[in-house]
Amino acid sequence: MSQVISEVLAKYNYWIYITLMMIGLYAMITKNNLVKKIVGMNIFQTAIILYYVSIGSKKGGTIPIIEHGHGAGTHAARAAEYINPLPHVLMLTAIVVSVATLGVALALAIKIYNRYQTLEEDEILSQIRGK
Amino acid sequence: MKKIGLLIVILTGVFLIYATADFPRWGDPASPASTHVSPRYIEKSMEETEVPNVVTSVLADYRGYDTMFETTVIFAAGVACFILLRIPGSGGPEERLYRHVPTGITIRVKDARNVPSRLAQFERIDTLWVPHDLIIKTACRILIPFIQLFALYVIAHGHHSPGGGFQGGVILGASIIVMAMSHDLRASIERMGEKVNALLCAAGVFIYAGTGALCLSMGRNFLDYAALAPLLHCDPVMARSYGIFMVEIGVGIAVMATMIRIYDNVSSAGKYDEGL
Repeated sequence: MSQVISEVLAKYNYWIYITLMMIGLYAMITKNNLVKKIVGMNIFQTAIILYYVSIGSKKGGTIPIIEHGHGAGTHAARAAEYINPLPHVLMLTAIVVSVATLGVALALAIKIYNRYQTLEEDEILSQIRGK
Repeated sequence: MKKIGLLIVILTGVFLIYATADFPRWGDPASPASTHVSPRYIEKSMEETEVPNVVTSVLADYRGYDTMFETTVIFAAGVACFILLRIPGSGGPEERLYRHVPTGITIRVKDARNVPSRLAQFERIDTLWVPHDLIIKTACRILIPFIQLFALYVIAHGHHSPGGGFQGGVILGASIIVMAMSHDLRASIERMGEKVNALLCAAGVFIYAGTGALCLSMGRNFLDYAALAPLLHCDPVMARSYGIFMVEIGVGIAVMATMIRIYDNVSSAGKYDEGL
């Protein structure tokens, strides 16, 4: 029993991100409204970002900024004391890029609305087929 | 369709949760992600670049190419928004609302193309958003300089504390966007014009790539900031620190300009006239 609990405690963060990711995927697959699809895409991206950040964590580690006060520079930094900086670097750029892609997606949605006067996918498809 | 979608999503979720059995435990210091290249970054960052914030040194130096092309992606997204939405030469909507400032009476002018936006006793207001909110306007006017000061601090202090070009650039862009939201879009475009913004957007990427090219012309690899040492009159390790700072400034300018550009284009649907 205690083994099961320790397994849950060690992995539940991944399960939360998978749940979040599946909510985003469900919105992208089944929602009819294009803006809801874009929101689903953003939820999906957030799940990936959280997943990467949690990969970077280390038990007993602090933020990856080397201490450099008076006399602190004399001893070398030990990797076990600081959390992994690499996922943070990747996600730092990914967050800004996700905002930029959100802007492009919304711009496309505006263009589609101007052309078809609707954002519902089935109405747009019927208009395309009707012509 | 909904049932098939739900089935696909649940199946994918179950498979992914099943796969987590092979994942490292949360916070495991010996996990594969933390054992190969990341210890080297942490242990050598101070020695090789003089930058205590490992995230900054990895971002701009060890993985400089990656960041340069991320900046290019952001620039491309801004250009894509512009190409998709911007309608050149359109004079805005024909119908405009003007508020008589002393009395607060709003008048609607049909075909207002020849009426100037600024009149002695009238101010132009958006057709969709009419209420006049003095508290929000005043609060934002007081806050915006401090937001910008903080953004510059975040960019400049990225070597020693959490921060850097991306974060500072976003805050700087947000200060202009707050201006556009609290007043109106025209007030923010008066202060941050479209052409200036487009120029800054490209200039940020140019500063980044130009720093790399400068290193190349000094006889080292592209983005190897140690080559800048003779120009900056310091040792190669310190030159890396300054090189990272130059690159961060470029990133900050590019990100700021792109955020403003995307907001201006999307909120006004490319007309640059009436926004949110």
